[in-house]
Amino acid sequence: MSPDRATTPGGAVDSPGTPVLSVRNLSKRYARLLAVSEVSFNIRRGEIVGLLGPNGAGKTTIINTVLGLLAPTAGAIRIGTRDIARERAAALARTNFAAVYATLPGNLTVRQNLRFFGLIYAVRNLSARIESLLQQFDLRALGEKKCGVLSSGEQTRVSLAKALLNAPELLLLDEPTASLDPSAAQIIRTHIRDLARHGGCGILWTSHNMYEVEEVCDRVMFLSRGRLLLEGDPKRLPSEHGTRNLEELFIRLAREPLTHGEGAIP
Amino acid sequence: MKLQPVAGIVLRQLYLIRGSPVRVLPIFAWVAVDIVLWGFITRYLDSVSASGINFVSTLLGAVLLWDLFTRIMHGITTAFLEDVWSRNFLNLFATPLRISEYVTGLVLTSLATSTLGLIIMLALATVCFGLSYLALGALLIPLLLTLTGFGIALGILASALVLRLGPASEWLVWPLPALLSPFACVFYPLAVLPHWMRPVAYALPPAYVFEGMRSVLGGRTPPAAPLACAVLLSLAYIVAAAYLFSRVYRYAVRTGLLARYSAETVN
Repeated sequence: MSPDRATTPGGAVDSPGTPVLSVRNLSKRYARLLAVSEVSFNIRRGEIVGLLGPNGAGKTTIINTVLGLLAPTAGAIRIGTRDIARERAAALARTNFAAVYATLPGNLTVRQNLRFFGLIYAVRNLSARIESLLQQFDLRALGEKKCGVLSSGEQTRVSLAKALLNAPELLLLDEPTASLDPSAAQIIRTHIRDLARHGGCGILWTSHNMYEVEEVCDRVMFLSRGRLLLEGDPKRLPSEHGTRNLEELFIRLAREPLTHGEGAIP
Repeated sequence: MKLQPVAGIVLRQLYLIRGSPVRVLPIFAWVAVDIVLWGFITRYLDSVSASGINFVSTLLGAVLLWDLFTRIMHGITTAFLEDVWSRNFLNLFATPLRISEYVTGLVLTSLATSTLGLIIMLALATVCFGLSYLALGALLIPLLLTLTGFGIALGILASALVLRLGPASEWLVWPLPALLSPFACVFYPLAVLPHWMRPVAYALPPAYVFEGMRSVLGGRTPPAAPLACAVLLSLAYIVAAAYLFSRVYRYAVRTGLLARYSAETVN
């Protein structure tokens, strides 16, 4: 194998230029409602991309289609070289996710949950991996507690530990810090940034906390009514669109979506 | 199919059983209640009847076999419902887990707990009421295979129904064995059924099992063809139920039902 190519957990060999996630012309229609309309984007290795938009914009629908929980009406999704529609298991072997609305079973302990999902992901050296994650997320003392009795912040840390079990190349995080106190959220953001910078993991991050998005994300995409409106550097976008900060831009886009202008997606 | 994900599903159920006396109790307690209740009923019938029928063998034996079938079906459904109750579908089905691995895990879980229940039932029935399954001899193998197979099929079918109709529909699937029991001829010969019920009975593998059991206990040799037919029918039902489950799963992915499953979704 040449040194510039890496073998993935799914067994595929990707070149460095291959995006970890490639979404092409993705649409999802429910009866008369078009939830997502012809959305296309890539995520590269080591890149953290923020997916922003008001409630009901289609963010979770996109995440669900990438995770194979929802079949798109049209379009294609590739995780590395694997098409999610044709090679679901291989594609998801190198993917993981954490979402504020998808807590782990409350009737299993933290350690049992990690072992259960570790087996599902066929993680090698599972015991050592679990111990390492318990240490990383400061969960050692909670290992034998049932997840259902943990605080929401502790549950979030367990979900994130689960999300890293298989050392994913693509990580989908749907409001991962929503229930954390500022200190815990800061620690988690640092973890996630390290994961992207040093682990080469591509990350899709949704959040309504614009400060957080500006701090963490390399690139953001604004979604409204199922369409991608704008894409760019979160530090430069506000000034390019005449707003003081990302939050102001978010509010403006949510109320009167741009159709033209720099960074606007035709 | 990978073994690790299957082991994960089985291990999860073992964790749940180990951590909760409420889940352990049904494996032992209701088994004992069934045997004691039916044991005394059959012993009483033996004492007052002059028919010459051994009620302990025919009725208690039938109860025991029928209980095995319902336990296997409920074992699969319960393991599936654990994911419904804990709202685990998003975490579970966003993994590389294949449907075949998931269903195999549910089936193995159920077989483990049902076998434990069967051993306890056999021990109680033998020790307390003198029921001997050795009288059935080698016939016991196709009988148990058939009932196990049909229990698996019905368990997978029930899980598919809950997946399709939503969490509240679990109340529709618990009584499925009771709905089938009049056609399965558990306690009476198939010949007593009215003509219009017989085709349904012939389509159900348990009817052949209980006919065969009564033949042996009545001193006759049961014909091999119906028993072979029952085993094959059970296998066919397993294949059909597994196919239906995978179709329902694909429907749930296509329509978004899976992603929003924790909401009530009967439609």
